[in-house]
Amino acid sequence: MSAAGGPDVEYVEARRGAYADSVTLLQVTRRVADTPGVRGALVAMATDLNLDLARGMGFSVPESAGPNDLLIAVRAEDEAALAAAKDAVLAALTAPAGATAAPTDVPPATTASALRREPADLVLVSVPGPSAFAEAADALDAGCDVMIFSDNVPVEQEVALKRRALSEGRLVMGPDCGTAVVGGIGLGFANAVGPGPVGLVAASGTGAQQLMSLLDEAGVGISACLGVGGRDLSAAVGGLATVSALDLLDADPATELVVVVSKPPAQEVADRVREHADRLRTPVVLGLLGEGQPDLTALAASVLQRLDRPAPEWPRWTPRSVADPRPGSLRGLYSGGTLCDEAMLLAAGSLGRVLSNIPLRPDWRLDRTLRSPGNLMIDFGDDDLTRGRPHPMIDGSLRAERLLAEADDPTAAVALLDVVLGYGAAADPAADVAAAIAKACAAGLRVLVALVGTAGDPQNREEQAGRLVDAGAEVFASNAQAARAAVSLVAGARE
Amino acid sequence: MSLLAGDPRVLSVGAELFADSVRAQAVTVRTVDWRPPMAGSENDLARVLADPRRSAANSTAVDRMLAVSARLVDVVPAGDLLGLGPSDYLHAGPPIDWDRASGPLRGALIGAALFEGVAASPDDAERVLAAGSSISLAPCHSRSAVGPMAGVVSRSMWMFVIEDEATGRRTYCSLNEGLGKVLRYGAYGPEVLDRLRWMSAVLGPLLQTALRARGPVDVTALLAQMVQMGDEAHNRNRAGTLMFLRELLPALIGSGAPAGDVAEAVRFVAGNDHFFLNLAMPACKLALDAARDVPGSSMVVAMARNGTDFGIQVSGTGDRWFTGPAQVPDGLFLGNYGPADANPDIGDSAITETAGLGGFAMAAAPAIVRFVGGAVADALATTSRMYEITLAEHPTFSIPVLEFRGTPCGIDVTKVVRTGILPQINTGMAGRAAGTGQVGAGLVTPPGSVFADALRALAAAAPAVC
Repeated sequence: MSAAGGPDVEYVEARRGAYADSVTLLQVTRRVADTPGVRGALVAMATDLNLDLARGMGFSVPESAGPNDLLIAVRAEDEAALAAAKDAVLAALTAPAGATAAPTDVPPATTASALRREPADLVLVSVPGPSAFAEAADALDAGCDVMIFSDNVPVEQEVALKRRALSEGRLVMGPDCGTAVVGGIGLGFANAVGPGPVGLVAASGTGAQQLMSLLDEAGVGISACLGVGGRDLSAAVGGLATVSALDLLDADPATELVVVVSKPPAQEVADRVREHADRLRTPVVLGLLGEGQPDLTALAASVLQRLDRPAPEWPRWTPRSVADPRPGSLRGLYSGGTLCDEAMLLAAGSLGRVLSNIPLRPDWRLDRTLRSPGNLMIDFGDDDLTRGRPHPMIDGSLRAERLLAEADDPTAAVALLDVVLGYGAAADPAADVAAAIAKACAAGLRVLVALVGTAGDPQNREEQAGRLVDAGAEVFASNAQAARAAVSLVAGARE
Repeated sequence: MSLLAGDPRVLSVGAELFADSVRAQAVTVRTVDWRPPMAGSENDLARVLADPRRSAANSTAVDRMLAVSARLVDVVPAGDLLGLGPSDYLHAGPPIDWDRASGPLRGALIGAALFEGVAASPDDAERVLAAGSSISLAPCHSRSAVGPMAGVVSRSMWMFVIEDEATGRRTYCSLNEGLGKVLRYGAYGPEVLDRLRWMSAVLGPLLQTALRARGPVDVTALLAQMVQMGDEAHNRNRAGTLMFLRELLPALIGSGAPAGDVAEAVRFVAGNDHFFLNLAMPACKLALDAARDVPGSSMVVAMARNGTDFGIQVSGTGDRWFTGPAQVPDGLFLGNYGPADANPDIGDSAITETAGLGGFAMAAAPAIVRFVGGAVADALATTSRMYEITLAEHPTFSIPVLEFRGTPCGIDVTKVVRTGILPQINTGMAGRAAGTGQVGAGLVTPPGSVFADALRALAAAAPAVC
């Protein structure tokens, strides 16, 4: 029934010699059928099939219509709607082709696709850990070296990738150690350092950053820094990438001295690495951190000694006035795991028990609240605290919150922090923590900061140090010096 | 090249931050448009990608597929060829029984039962088919055959016989009935049965006589030519049909058959732009069958739909079907039909996409993309996107507008799961109700779950990551 109450009106035409392809006509039909007041429409070449279709829709079609004619059949509720529909047919049939072409350039969706289009030498993988294997495997398929920044890569997948790389003469760097310098390019979290004679093999990200920053301070550049992954010297991985990286640096004419810096290794792996290092032509300094081992600053000094270079006074930036130390405990709030480890080793030597989320001993583990009235150190870069959150070297807000809480905690006396500069790190990391430092200092805490970075880093180290000092912090280029100073403040106030 | 030998060319995949910090050092870095894989697939992906057999297995599968040269060698009735009795019917897609069969498949089976004289009326046919005891249903794929849409094959229908010249392996497909009210779209009215009878009585024997007199027709060569003439061999077979007719015409005329029969046959073939589809499909199957059963290969060797389920088979997992719900295509409708009238995706014709034609060759046939109101650039983009999920570029099927680049072929299950990019299929749409026939045409994709399921089976067959 029509809206006007009268019968539907129809228009049927077989237009001689007009042609459009069937797809165009289907679109025209759809557009006309969508015109208000239209009950039915068919715009199609008058083939037998389409004539049948039209008859089936109740149209009386001209007998003379043939397959080279264009059939236009419209039924509408009134003459006005019918006229509108006929206009719509004409408009649709004469519509110019769309000039808005969609881009046809499909970006590569996988590493394999990108490498098929254009080769590369090094692939940086920073997808979520469970997906890192696929991209890294693509890179190896294409004969590339790989740097994996991702955390949470299953260890058996790391081993599989590294075994394969070893057999194919490639290097898989990472995971869990987002630092490398290759061909002068800083990758991941890396500092701006000049070229020089020292080749670093790093199974510790911030360990490598501290070491290269101190060497840079002494005027010594590096040939390369190969971050082999925080687990590489574990029993499970067995130093697979460390051995490859040692061989690469041994063959590199620019490398005169190799330094291996690692989180505490598995003993048998350390032995194997030592044996391998002994066979190389290039001398190797092993900086395998742990209880009773030299700290990173001492390691830097011994490297300089091997190069016959004097160790400078490591920079310090001191505020005009500081509060007298009050009795209480030490609170380490770190973004770098190795720096946290180093500080804990130094602290435990004179203060005893240091609770932590990455404890030196299993029975020193902090409970889930991460609270305790005693000495404690938190690694905010640990996997558990970065799941679904940016790394604290990118976003310092979680640490700042904690520092504010320490300011209100009467059991806290000294806060010890690291601020890490360089490529990949926050643009202004001192600003993230400065307000909290100021509040803590006003509350009577002493705040000490290890500022890890070089004069060439994009954040401008002097400005960063100035901002921290203005907030009331004592700032050290050496984390070990900062930790020792913090420990002696706590121990001195206790006595 | 050693990592330390010079300035490395860098590619970054993942957090944009890391690429940015390299760029900040005035170093060029390219990036990947990475997306998370299908949920929960990470471990399966790692296990399959770590399978030491995978790379060589996929190369083998691709090489075998590309080595096939498909020739039409005969046209014969299905009964003797496939050992079908009057109540044995083949259908498209993965296995299914009457209870779960969709309207168009039921309609086509009713039509076949009427055609074979097993039932006297549609109601009678439905009773016999629903009872099931005297009926056997099997996928075309289980008999080296493929069927478009409902894909129903019964003993009296005539079949194209396609053969690989080098190995003698064969595949089969029925003769195409045309568009509209036809058996493969689920119609079974008198005009449908009359056409089938004529095809068996006149068309089949004529084609047989002509072909046997002329000798085999190189279907692979025709496919290669038609892709350069605006066909993608699934929804557009116009050039292929005309070239096939050109190949056979002298022998048809010289066959000695009554001129009226020859004229009718020629008129029928020339008037059906999809006639060649039933040659393209078995040629694609012939190529893909060669790639079957390579242990460790993650290449898809069949995609097929029965109107209810969408199924895929994978080289490394044998004859096992991985199935999920068939989707309703997005497209244009005939006459007054609309989306509510359309049946979910049906037919073995997605074998063309599996072999690098159809939606994968969309750039060769831009007209097709307008089924969903797209632009020519969309056709180019669709083909370009399919390279992201395939193992090879076809050396024979090349696309002029892409500088004669080979079509993307050899779908890799791992790439589909990793990227979430689903194979693009061009398809016809059958009416949901049995007996309706065609209601439209459009574009459709498989359910993603079938690839995740296939990946899981590949992972189970792969060694653990060491």
